[in-house]
Parts: sequence; structure tokens; C-alpha cells
Amino acid sequence: MVLLGGVVVFLAIRAVVVPKDFGKFGHYRPGALETISARSIAYAGHEQCLQCHDQEAKLHGGGMHAKVSCETCHGPLAKHTDDPTANVPRLPDVANLCRRCHEKDAAKPMGFHQVDTLAHSQGTLCNRCHQPHNPQL
Amino acid sequence: MIPGVDGFIYPNEVELQWGLLVVLYPYITGLVAGAFILASLERVFKVEAVRPTYRLALLTALAFLLVAPLPLQLHLGHPERSLEMYLTPHRSSAMAMFGFVYLWYLMVVLLLEIWLEYRADIVRLAQTTTGWQRLVYKLLTLGSENVSPEARRIDDKVSYVVTVIGIPSAFLLHGYVGFIFGSIKANPWWSSPLMPIVFLFSAMVSGIAAVLALYMAFMKVKKMPLDMGCLDTIAKYLFYTFVIDFSLELLDLVQRTYEADESFRTLDFMVHTRLWGSQVILQICVGTLLPLALLAANQLWKFSELRRKAMYLTASLLTMMGIFAMRWNVVIGGQLFSKSFLGYTTYKVGFAAREGLLSAIGLMALPFIIVVVLVKLLPPWAEGKPSENVVG
Amino acid sequence: MDLSRRDIFKIGGKLLLLASAGATFDEILGAAPPPEAYRMADHWWGMIIDIDKCIGCGSCVRACAQENQVPAGFFRTWVERYQVEEGKQPLVDSPNGAMDGFPPSKRTDLKSFFVPKLCNQCASSPCVQVCPVGATFVSPDGVVLVDETYCLGCRYCVQACPYGCRYLHPQKRTVDKCTLCYHRITKGLTTACCENCPTGARQLVDFKNPKDAVHEFLRNNKVEVLKPYMATGAKVYYKDLDGAVR
Repeated sequence: MVLLGGVVVFLAIRAVVVPKDFGKFGHYRPGALETISARSIAYAGHEQCLQCHDQEAKLHGGGMHAKVSCETCHGPLAKHTDDPTANVPRLPDVANLCRRCHEKDAAKPMGFHQVDTLAHSQGTLCNRCHQPHNPQL
Repeated sequence: MIPGVDGFIYPNEVELQWGLLVVLYPYITGLVAGAFILASLERVFKVEAVRPTYRLALLTALAFLLVAPLPLQLHLGHPERSLEMYLTPHRSSAMAMFGFVYLWYLMVVLLLEIWLEYRADIVRLAQTTTGWQRLVYKLLTLGSENVSPEARRIDDKVSYVVTVIGIPSAFLLHGYVGFIFGSIKANPWWSSPLMPIVFLFSAMVSGIAAVLALYMAFMKVKKMPLDMGCLDTIAKYLFYTFVIDFSLELLDLVQRTYEADESFRTLDFMVHTRLWGSQVILQICVGTLLPLALLAANQLWKFSELRRKAMYLTASLLTMMGIFAMRWNVVIGGQLFSKSFLGYTTYKVGFAAREGLLSAIGLMALPFIIVVVLVKLLPPWAEGKPSENVVG
Repeated sequence: MDLSRRDIFKIGGKLLLLASAGATFDEILGAAPPPEAYRMADHWWGMIIDIDKCIGCGSCVRACAQENQVPAGFFRTWVERYQVEEGKQPLVDSPNGAMDGFPPSKRTDLKSFFVPKLCNQCASSPCVQVCPVGATFVSPDGVVLVDETYCLGCRYCVQACPYGCRYLHPQKRTVDKCTLCYHRITKGLTTACCENCPTGARQLVDFKNPKDAVHEFLRNNKVEVLKPYMATGAKVYYKDLDGAVR
């Protein structure tokens, strides 16, 4: 009798507490898909930048950095595309930025442009000689 | 360089996920299963010699079973959601299915068996006590006050059936915990078909040892004479079970060393360095070989009563420590090495943290406190007649 | 007023004319058609990684951390550097997951390369199998996700993952992992890591799209998944993965 009562109470609780539609696509709460999809975006994607910055785009598109996305160097800019004047992005930290990719390293692929930065420029910032959007000298 | 890390580990592996409290959990459920098997020795296998500890074993099992979910609750990131395991259990998950095994064992096996065993006494106590104690006993009768010989015979029959069902249930209870570890293919220290069996036998060993130690402790405190026949029999069964348990663990070790698969080198190094103290010294030498020697000696030679009591007590305490070390080595050991097999991390136990030493000590002390309360509430022995159970 | 049948026809006809004129105007003026809703059944996501293109810059790690607010000290993606010497165990490192790239390799005489790692979005995921409540799951479009309102924080899935890609979020106290930027890919964008990889070593792929580059990639290259013997159904394929990689 006690057991039966317990089962009834359990089923009642279950009917109330379990999220509805649980199990619709699989053993999970389908609402999770919407919640996860609705998260905010930080990186706008380089196609967004091209819509306004066509001068830089032209320079960039013709050079060695053509395949490098704008935000790889300039950071996440979805906030900037939402409101360009309110969220002006900061210029990248050149001292650390360029060396992360281009510092010579045995593990990097052979065909990739890499230099021993100290020997190459003795501490001068890279953008003194190289135009970052189209870096070929 | 990350402190505590040697070699290369995957970046997310630095912190251990399952700590001291998760070590405690299989230890406690193991004690439950072991204590119950000892009780069933008398009821199903008719080993009359251990009758004096029958009721104590049941109460011990209950005390530990009640505490068992607590370390898990402290460990969960969101303990308030733990009911989800019963509401939407994922049938492919061993952990989810274990929730039901636990519930089944608690309700249908343990509580029912204890109630049936004590029913006559509860009725008698309901009639002879006064005040709030009377109320408690009246509630415990669950409305059934018939204690005629006919009713008692039915009680015995049902109790027999419950115990028969209870033995495989106890096996399932702790075998499942072994399966929770043994089914993880990602972890070679855990992944093994032997794991449920090793867990089960080590559980039986720790449970029998616990009841043996508690029996001696209670008889001392209550100033009642120890039934040496009972003690000798329990020690004998402890010895047999321990031999099987040790053989299984030895088999696992030999097989691993012989096959020497991809994971062997990193695991071997781990045992020789980070797990040396807890596995080789504590678990194997002090926690297994020494008690086995003490128990084996008693099978080969006859010692005086005083000597036997000292040896049994030492053996059971060392055993309980050794089985705890085994749980530690399985759970913690499984997380000290990287799944890249190229490095190791370290486990630092917090002190006053949620999953720290203080919590662990408290949780281990709690079942002993509960068992004292239960012994007071449902006396296992008649005063002055320790070899007989109280008759209504 | 009494409407005769004739009147009804007259009014009805005028209304019809006006309506069709309005509709035509709408089309001429170029009202945008409603955006195509994302249909899960049309996609089966994965990733392809070209080891020989990875330069270990760590842009992917930084991008992921920014896009997904990954807590410090934990990683949804990371890069490992391997330095392989003949007959010895490989020397592997991943300083802070390569968040700031790598310090220069000390040995220049060894075979060395970078391996980006992330959740392999397994089709037969062992982590999903062990979740006791259904908080982690494979979505209908092939992404393994965590429902953080449902997760208990038991960490069974963290133990079950052979790749070490899961962790317990220190503040939320639920399990977290790479979501393949589900919030981006369902809107037609690519993942943050692929967007920011300067060499195109990482590429998001959709196996259900017949025009996707993945089909040619898999047919024309020697590819492997990590720990294939675990039979997890991993959907991240590596081109030219060396045997030393763990």
C-alpha cells in the first residue's frame, strides 16, 4: 500500500517537474537547442567589415594576408558592427601580434613566411616597414 | 609550468574531477553490501554460528546505506537537481540506473527485512514503553500488531524470500558501482570486465570486517560476553572472502603486466611513483597481506582467546583501511595520469572545502553515530543473553 | 442599405483589383522575402583540420575564448606542439593551451608540428552515453551540446571523454565544452576558430551539403580521426596526422 502510494506521488511530481517536450528529439530538453542558438555573437565575420571598409578591403584582398580575417588581428568586432561610432575598436598590439604567427619556429611549416624577429628588425615594430593589410615589401 | 603537473597532460586534465568524496561513496556502499552478505550467511545459508551478529549486520547496513548518498550530494555541482536522475533517467547511463538499484535495495530489501526481523520486538516495545518512545514504536509497527506464532511463521517465510532476493540485490548494488568505473573505455585504469567483481569482493571483505569490529566494540561497551564461536566463524569467512578478493586483484595485475598494452608504461610508472604509498604500502602490504597473514594464522594454529581477539580486531581494522586505500587508488589513480599517456597531475585534498578532508571525516563518522542510535532503538541483543535475539 | 447582387460584384471586383495592384507594387518595390529558417535535418556538422597548415599562432584559442566566454585555465579548444625524436616518446607541450602562441622550439633538428584539438563532435559519443539525466546530447544536426539548466555537475561525462575536451565551469558548476559555435553556425556563420585561423588549417564542414569541400577533402587525402580504436564516431578529420599524436 505504501509502495503504491509512493509510486503515485512520484508520477505526480514527474508530471509537474519534468520539462515539457523532453524526449522530443532524443533524451534531452529540446528547449536547450534554442537557448544555445540564441547566445550572443562576438565575432562579426570578415564579410561584415567589407561592407564599410572598402579601401582596406581592396588593399587586403590583393596581398599575402588576403585569406586572414580582419578580426584575427583586430579582435571581436560584432559590437562595432552593431554600433560603429559607439564601439570604436582599439588598434592591435603590434609588438606581440605579428610575432605570434611569424616568429621563426622549427614546428611551423617550411613554406610559411617566418623570421627570427630580433635578428630581423632589432626590436623595431613590424609596421614601420610592412603595411599590415598588404605586408609584401 | 603548472605546479603539480609532470610531462604533458591535456589542458583540461589539470584538476581532478572526482575527489575524496567520490572515493568515500563506493567505500560506504561496499560496507552495506558486505554487512548484508554476512547477515544472509545466517538466514539463507543457515550458518548458525553467526546468529549473534545477524541483527547488528542489518542495522550496520542500514546506517551506511542512509549516509551513502550524502558524499554524492556534496560532490555534485547542482545537488538540487539530483532528483532529475529519477525523473528523466538516461537508460544508457550506469549511474542513472544505479539510482533505482539503490532505491530498490533500500526500500524492498533492507527496510523490509529489518522490519520483518524486528516486528515482534517493536510490538512488544510499543506496549511496554511510554511517552514519545511509545509513539515511535507504534509508528514502526505500521499498523500490524499480530504476533501469534502463525504470524511469526509467515514473517520468517517472507523474510527468507526477501533475503534470497537480497543477496543478488546486494551483489547488484555494489557490482553496479564497479560497472560505473569498469565501463569507461576512455580510462584504461578503470576499463575492465573484472572491475565489478573486484569491487564486489572487496566490498564483502570490508563489510564483514566492519561488522566484526562493531560486534567486538558493542560487546565491550555493553559489558556483555563475546560469543567466540561467532567471532571465529566471521573471521573464517572474512579470510575466505579476502583470499578470493586478493586473487582477483592479483589476476588483474598479472594480466596487465603480461599484456603490456599502450597504457601499461604510464600506469606502471604511476604505481611506482605517485601511488607507491597508497597502493603498495597501504593497500597491498599493510591492508591486505598483513590481515591475511593474521587470519591465515588462525586457520592453521589455535591461539588463546585473548590473542585471537587482538588478532581479529587488528585484522579487521587494517582490512577496512586497506579497502579504503583500494577505493582511493582506483578513483584517484584513474585521474592522476593523462589520457595522452605522456604526463601526470597531482591531487590536493582541501581541508575545510566542500569536498575536503573535514567533510569526509564527518561523513565517515556519521554512519557509526547512526548505528549507535539504531542499536538503542532496535536492540539486537537481549540484556545478559547476547547469543539469543530478543524474543517477543 | 440594400445591396443588390450587382453592387456586390462591383465592390468585390474593385477590391480584387486593388489587392492585386498592391501585391504587384510590393514585388516591384522589392520587399525582402522572409529569411530561410535553419533546418536541423539539413545539416550534419564536423570539421577538417590540415596539420601542415597550422602555424601554432593560437588565434583560434583566443577567438574561442572571446566568443564563448571560456573561463581562464579551461579550454574548449587548444593547440599542442609535438617534437618527435626517433625511437623516443614525443615531446609535447601546450602552454596555457597555446592562448598566447608558443615560445620558440628549443630543438630545431626534430620533426615538429602543431595539432589543434577540440571536441570531436562524436556521432557515437561516449560522453552522451554516460550522462545520467540527459543534460548532454547529440543534436539532430550532429553537434554535441550541454544543457546547462539541466546538468547536475556529476562529471561522469568528463571522465568518459577520451579526448579531454570537457571541463567543469568553475562559476556555473555545470559541464562545459566546445559547442561548434552552434549559435553561429545556425545563423550561416562559421565557427569563431575557423573564422580566425589565418592559414585556413581549420574548416567547418557540413557532411549533408553535397557541395561542401569535405567530400573532396576526404576522398583525396590521407585522413584520420583521433583515437579511432575508441570507435567514438568522431567527426573531426585530420589530414596528415602523424602516428605520434596522442
